[in-house]
Amino acid sequence: MFQKHTFKHGIHPPENKEETNGLPIRQFPFSPLIILPVAQHIGSPSEIRVREGQEVVRGQLLASASGYLSVPLHSPVTGKIRKIKDVPTISGKMVPGIYLEVSPSSTQEILEGEPVDIDKATPAEILQAIQDAGIVGLGGAAFPTHAKLKIPEGKHCDTLIINGIECEPYLTTDHRVMLEQPEDIFQGIKYLLKTTGAKRVIIGIEANKGDAAERLKGFLKPEDPIEVQVVPVKYPQGAEKTLITSILGKEVPSGGLPIDVNVVVVNVATTAEIGRLLPHGRGIQERVITITGPGVQKKGNYLIPIGTPLRYVLEQVGADEHLSEIYMGGPMMGVAVSNLDISIVKGTSGIVIFSEENVKRAEKIYPCIKCGACVDACPLSLNPSKLGILAKFEAYELMASDYNLMDCFECGSCSYVCPSHIPLVQYFRLSKSIVRKRKSAA
Amino acid sequence: MRNVVWAMLPIVGFAVYSFGFSALLVIVTAVGACLITEHALCRLSRKETTVSDWSAAITGILLGLTLPPILPLWMTFTGGVIAIGMGKFIFGGLGYNVFNPALVGRAVLQAAFPVAITTWYPAFLDDRFSSISSSVLTLPFMAPVVDGTSGATPLAAFKFDGVLTDASDLALGLTSGSTGETSAVLILLGGIYLAARNFMNWRIPLAILMSVFVFSGILFLWDSTQYPSPLFMLFSGGLMLGAVFMATDMVASPITSLGVVIYGSVIGILVVVIRIWGGLPEGVMYAILLGNALSPHIDNLVRHRVYGT
Repeated sequence: MFQKHTFKHGIHPPENKEETNGLPIRQFPFSPLIILPVAQHIGSPSEIRVREGQEVVRGQLLASASGYLSVPLHSPVTGKIRKIKDVPTISGKMVPGIYLEVSPSSTQEILEGEPVDIDKATPAEILQAIQDAGIVGLGGAAFPTHAKLKIPEGKHCDTLIINGIECEPYLTTDHRVMLEQPEDIFQGIKYLLKTTGAKRVIIGIEANKGDAAERLKGFLKPEDPIEVQVVPVKYPQGAEKTLITSILGKEVPSGGLPIDVNVVVVNVATTAEIGRLLPHGRGIQERVITITGPGVQKKGNYLIPIGTPLRYVLEQVGADEHLSEIYMGGPMMGVAVSNLDISIVKGTSGIVIFSEENVKRAEKIYPCIKCGACVDACPLSLNPSKLGILAKFEAYELMASDYNLMDCFECGSCSYVCPSHIPLVQYFRLSKSIVRKRKSAA
Repeated sequence: MRNVVWAMLPIVGFAVYSFGFSALLVIVTAVGACLITEHALCRLSRKETTVSDWSAAITGILLGLTLPPILPLWMTFTGGVIAIGMGKFIFGGLGYNVFNPALVGRAVLQAAFPVAITTWYPAFLDDRFSSISSSVLTLPFMAPVVDGTSGATPLAAFKFDGVLTDASDLALGLTSGSTGETSAVLILLGGIYLAARNFMNWRIPLAILMSVFVFSGILFLWDSTQYPSPLFMLFSGGLMLGAVFMATDMVASPITSLGVVIYGSVIGILVVVIRIWGGLPEGVMYAILLGNALSPHIDNLVRHRVYGT
């Protein structure tokens, strides 16, 4: 079958990866105070299992999963619980949080748990172990991984795609993980193969990370059902739907999930984490984060404990005093930080910092002149121009019923290309949440 | 948007060169009328003025380029006021107009002053820089008195007298016509500039010109004594100006690639139909306005297939 190894439309924003893609992952210092919100993932928040004043060991369970769509939270440091109090999150919502004082004298040895033997464990046991390790999608969405890997009744998984695309500008964490943790990735793939029952694995990597592709290819054995596929660079290829189209030439049905076309997609860093944690029965304590942007001195890829306060991070890396904009995630799909009192969470893939001089003042918004640039950029072939006009007239239901609003995964390509500087993706984010709210109210 | 203005400047220059001061006055008046109207209407509706977005200036230049070089200035001014007021503002301003505003202005002028707007003037008169046609300076609400010579346009000459003009004269703009429609070469160059810089959807002019060429070519092959050659059709009248600068108004044209090809083909066919079988010698204006009216329907019918549906 003829495959183009790409998807329709899309954009080519400046990549800005060259400043950090050559820097090895380095351990970040421990902050004296760790602040852990209990809602770091999509789903219901974790339930706190510790009390104020309690001494905890690095790797110890602090909060347990509160249901199926939930994951536990482990202590990233050895120390003492100072208080349990609501903390701010990036969305602006306050959630319960654990303030943890680090013991300076501790060796920070990690508590070992029950190892998961790849040969003996059943698929269900592996799923349970992934949930117990507190693993969520590390690409940024923070969706509980075990829930994604659970194959629904009547469906089956043929192909497992490991997502090493990292199309978001500036970010180089997945790139570094592929270069430095290939053993963990292949160990993770073994667990994933067993639990999903997939027959083959394709590791998708964009052409700008040729060294990572070569490195992983070096680990392939002829008998493994694993291949590495390099695809041309284009944003937003790292999204599940576009990636499946690029690699397999299939389309996920509107409103459906990858499993509807017998595919499961897992981020490469998540895969490495599964491969790293499960053999030791540990939980997530830290993650790799790219810190970069023109407003920061010590750019790099750092292994940072979850719960490290953003202020501490900025201090350590020498962020510009006149910093004006910080994105958690990348500039395309990340979220602009409005409160410096938040901390690093499991879904934080990068921190991009701009100082005053490199941020353009907000551009004036002009009316839509229907130039069609957004129509030619939308990877899902939606009509952002029409959707934008309907959003302005608050015709949210019409947007959803006639123009596939709910398919939008907020990649921001439309806003990026709009010559009138219309914040289309922001309109759609809002419209989607209004439609969801109205639907649940009805 | 200012790039559209840059692309039109050579055409304006040539219009002034071939028709003299009268043409300059017509264009300046049209632009002035559009800018004043835009500003006044914004103030009246207590909105921030949108004069600086260049769109009113573009409408003004386009309107000026479609008018005869000796149209009385008060009529030109009226056309500008109507273009912005009726063509754009009452629909909600830039981005919401259904029709190309300049053509709305011109259509109203055509209906109101059918004689004045079809009174043409020969190009390259010797005194074009030393005198201004008295017709241009006609007092408001008075009909112009045309002095001395008037020149039939190539299309009128063909329609009413059966006389064909040489295609090379047409291409270079050595003929009579509206101020800015005569030099096909300069218009095409402006269009290529805009298309190369991605400020214009090149599919629209291409579809219009192709459809005119093919349709009139079929007629010409059918009976070359009765129907004009496709080259004459391409280079005469306002077709080039309309195809490159008018029909490409993004707001009033469809948004998908297939949509604009349909839109352009319909306009091309209408141009030929009106020119050959209609009562008027020229049909570009009405063809584009009808195309504009069809655009929202084309957009509704021709949509991209959404991913996964």
